[in-house]
Amino acid sequence: MAVGLEHCLVVSISLFLLGVFIVMTQRNGIRVLMGIELILNAANLNLIAFNRFLPNTDVNGSIFAVFVIILAAAEAAVALAIVLAIYQQFSTVNLDEISSMKH
Amino acid sequence: MDALLHSLVFYILAFIVLGSAAYTAFSANLVRAAFSLLFTFFGLAGLYIYLGADFVGISQVIIYVGGILVLLLFGVMFTTNVSGQGTEKQTLQMKWGILFLVVLFLLLIPIAFITPWSVMPDAGSKALESSVSPIGVGLLTKYLLPFEIASLLLLIALIGAVVIARGEPKVRAEAAKEDTSAL
Repeated sequence: MAVGLEHCLVVSISLFLLGVFIVMTQRNGIRVLMGIELILNAANLNLIAFNRFLPNTDVNGSIFAVFVIILAAAEAAVALAIVLAIYQQFSTVNLDEISSMKH
Repeated sequence: MDALLHSLVFYILAFIVLGSAAYTAFSANLVRAAFSLLFTFFGLAGLYIYLGADFVGISQVIIYVGGILVLLLFGVMFTTNVSGQGTEKQTLQMKWGILFLVVLFLLLIPIAFITPWSVMPDAGSKALESSVSPIGVGLLTKYLLPFEIASLLLLIALIGAVVIARGEPKVRAEAAKEDTSAL
């Protein structure tokens, strides 16, 4: 059976849901960042799959995916910096314990 | 035979991606989760190239595997105290999370199949050629403004990350004082 758009959508939906699951259930801040990366990659996979299978000849999907990757890189750098700053302040990255603005 | 091989490549890549992503979600060990993310990103790069987006696939390997994953591992190594590992519960509401996962999956999968996408009748035989040159032309013509804004954003993120991560000036001054007094 030839691989169609639906196959890619199933993979991307599963990846997105795994990312959402990580974001919802994990207490560790870095785990949550991993979940966000999975969500962004699921979106990328969707963009590229639609670019591949819809009747067009341009590469707009790829360009959007490149922008998503750029944003993901910036997001990861700033988010990791925030996590490290939180760790310096609170000595933990457990998101449930970080509940005060002032320490 | 050729079509079978094509599908086989897709299924293997999809299995690698979803398996390692699931391991990231359910593994108790943070370092193992970060390393299994490596396989997810490599598998996704393979899927991108399989779908004809070669430039995105290579960018994925360079930026995600070479950059973001290393950053995540740095974060893991900096913030995990090995002695405290495993003493506290790492997850919360696992039951409801899995229920939510299953319900949302059952809702979204039919949408993917019911919606009448205007797919090309014979998409599999669409000629695949390198997307590098069209992407370059697109970035410097149609998408020039977003491209420039993205470069500005990366500069802001670079400076912002340094400013946030280096800590309060007062804390650093105290730490420096302790260092000199310890000597």
